[in-house]
Amino acid sequence: MTRFILPAAIFVALAGVLYVGVVHSPNKSTMQSALLGKAVPSFDLPVLGSPGMTLTNTQLAGRPWVLNVWGTWCVACREEHEALLAISKQNALPLVGLNWKDEDDAAIDWLRQLGNPYTVVAVDSDGRTAIDFGVYGAPETFFIDADGRVQYRHVGPMTDEVWQREFLSRIPRGALP
Amino acid sequence: MIPELGHFALILALVLSAAQAFFGIFGASRNDARWQAVVRPAVAGQFVLLCTAIGALVYAFVSFDFSVLYVASNSNSALPTFYRVAALWGAHEGSLLLWAWILAAWTLSVAIASRNLPASFASRVMGVLGLISFGFLLFTVATSNPFERILPAPADGRDLNPVLQDPALAIHPPMLYFGYVGFAVAFAFACAAMLEGKLDQVWARWTRPWTTIAWAFLSVGIALGSWWAYYELGWGGYWFWDPVENASFMPWLVGTALIHSLAATEKRGVFKSWTLLLAILAFSLSLLGTFLVRSGVLTSVHSFAADPTRGLFILAFLVIVVGGALTLYAWRAPMLKSPAGFEPTAREAFLLYNNILLVAAAALVLVGTLAPLIADATGMAPISVGSPYYDLMFPLPMVPLFVLVAIGIHASWKRGQLGNHRRRIFVGLAIAALIGLTIVYGAYGPAKWLTPFGVVIGIWIIVSSLFDPIDRLRRRLTLSRAIIGMTVAHIGLGVCVLAISTVESYTMERDAAIAPGETLAFGRYAYRFDSIGEIEGPNYDGLRAEVTVLRDGAPVAVLHPERRNYWVQRSTLTEAGIASRWNTDMFVAVREHLGGNRWSVRVQMRPLIDWVWLAAGLMALGGVLAATDRRYRTREAAQESVAAQGSAAAT
Repeated sequence: MTRFILPAAIFVALAGVLYVGVVHSPNKSTMQSALLGKAVPSFDLPVLGSPGMTLTNTQLAGRPWVLNVWGTWCVACREEHEALLAISKQNALPLVGLNWKDEDDAAIDWLRQLGNPYTVVAVDSDGRTAIDFGVYGAPETFFIDADGRVQYRHVGPMTDEVWQREFLSRIPRGALP
Repeated sequence: MIPELGHFALILALVLSAAQAFFGIFGASRNDARWQAVVRPAVAGQFVLLCTAIGALVYAFVSFDFSVLYVASNSNSALPTFYRVAALWGAHEGSLLLWAWILAAWTLSVAIASRNLPASFASRVMGVLGLISFGFLLFTVATSNPFERILPAPADGRDLNPVLQDPALAIHPPMLYFGYVGFAVAFAFACAAMLEGKLDQVWARWTRPWTTIAWAFLSVGIALGSWWAYYELGWGGYWFWDPVENASFMPWLVGTALIHSLAATEKRGVFKSWTLLLAILAFSLSLLGTFLVRSGVLTSVHSFAADPTRGLFILAFLVIVVGGALTLYAWRAPMLKSPAGFEPTAREAFLLYNNILLVAAAALVLVGTLAPLIADATGMAPISVGSPYYDLMFPLPMVPLFVLVAIGIHASWKRGQLGNHRRRIFVGLAIAALIGLTIVYGAYGPAKWLTPFGVVIGIWIIVSSLFDPIDRLRRRLTLSRAIIGMTVAHIGLGVCVLAISTVESYTMERDAAIAPGETLAFGRYAYRFDSIGEIEGPNYDGLRAEVTVLRDGAPVAVLHPERRNYWVQRSTLTEAGIASRWNTDMFVAVREHLGGNRWSVRVQMRPLIDWVWLAAGLMALGGVLAATDRRYRTREAAQESVAAQGSAAAT
């Protein structure tokens, strides 16, 4: 008799393993970046729409900031744009855009038409800086603390909920305006 | 408007699948002919509706309707038409729609072919298929609607993932799905038999051709995926033990066990409960494959979007379908009686060893694939097992299996009488050893100890499978398709073992930095890097090199490896330059620009690699031949047997 029940028993155990896998997968989709807790990769990139100016990681040191990787070719970036605009109105953190593998004109057009949530946008046309950040696909958003260490990575469109839970909560108390 | 029509057709198909499941299963249990009469029209209607839905999505792709999110995400105005159609299954939502459509196509075939089956049994089979269809359509409609709009519409699409822009990979998913979904038919036959509480040799005869055809599709699908990985990824390998590859390989292993177990059930009435279990497992592993690929619980080169909601839905579906079937099995299988009695060297026994070893192999792959999850669930340190695990573990069941194939082919049913066939066994082995050792030490030179072993076993399997057909021809007996099919498939297995042993041992590979005009010596061969220039395709530009292969100083082939930059997704893809000869592949891939005019290249010589895919083709061909044997094909045969029963009843 047991040998007929055994397959079902093994399946129950397997389903349990799969369940744990699924429930844990939100943590995985934030993609434990190898960078977490480490210093932000250094970069020196042109600023979008301001010829001659560059943005470096050292200019941003001293207070927490957020890096959002986007491109006009990215459908999911359009999806998160509303949320980013709402977030930028809170003025809680500097929101730095990383315009990834894009054309400057298209990017400027996009911001003019849909609104500009970014404090400043750095142009990563060859994608080198995105590689340093370990970007897997746009959009991705990183939280960098005042000491210049990467503290959090979010993969996929930003939402208000993620912003409240994972980004605002990481700002040291008293630092909020 | 057309996409909304498609969406509506999808919802109607969902409703019909519910009717098909309900009236199919309860119509049979209430023995109500009017209820059962609903089932076939529901099947046909569902097929028409899903054709409409697929047609609507294809229309949206072909007419550049970027207001459909799925179209905008997976195509582009510069994408060639062929790939705009193939983009249908380029991502999750469309793949599910294709899955549901293929299931509807299989179900329709069952509905048409099952007119000669007992009405209540056919009704239950279609009812179970309806239940599966319902689950998948509900999943599609609720979490993965391919017709969702995006407003305002983007001016152009995000393009199809460039790795999918390839003929082999474009037809790989449909082949794989035809295989996966085909196992649903065997599963439904098994569930119907358990619901009826009756399983006999006739049941096995009905189930067998469906299973074999599904298995043949799966073989082709896996081979296409492997071939693609070989020339497209630029690494030159053909199997990576990637979770997604494993997901298709596990149902194949269990499906192989199933078609052999069905043979024993059909011919001898044995292994009834075991056959049922394998039929359940083969489809369960297909579903598990879908789960692993689509839920994102395992990261792999293939799976992109991780979506826990979808994962939970498929898991719930898996629990209902597989859990339900296994519960039914625990309840009903003990009632099935198999006539005991065969000797340990009888054909039945060899089929049993085959089954045990194949299931063990599938279990090893399953454990390896799920190792990261098991570690996670039990709180161990996260681990991921790679090819060292498989290289060590996978031969453990497979090597004995291959030896047993070479011997077991000669065994007779019930009594093995292997003694009578002792000459065949040893003559076969002697021939194989002679040819194999000549090839290994004569043509290729010293190797790992497993290599001569593998080559000899491969040839032994080929030689062994030829004895019986040759004997029959000598005695002027006709060869049925079933026997030809079996022989071809076993030759395919032998070729596969032979080819993999050779490839694994004698591949020569080098990575080097090279500039135009330079030559890379490689044994008797040399690769001369002639030039590199720019090219432009419909939706990419890139570089194309010309590399001449010299043998003893004389040119034997010209290769054209490419690096393509796809404009929209801005990704760079390697297209290897390959020249195939009957005994070897000459391979070169240009990998990176090192500055100046130097490039890093990978060059390979892979002996017999094409034979690996040839082997898969032979196995699939054998499957198709066996499944179309006269005894399954002819309606007359079925009617004759009915007529015979009628006249027997009359007398």
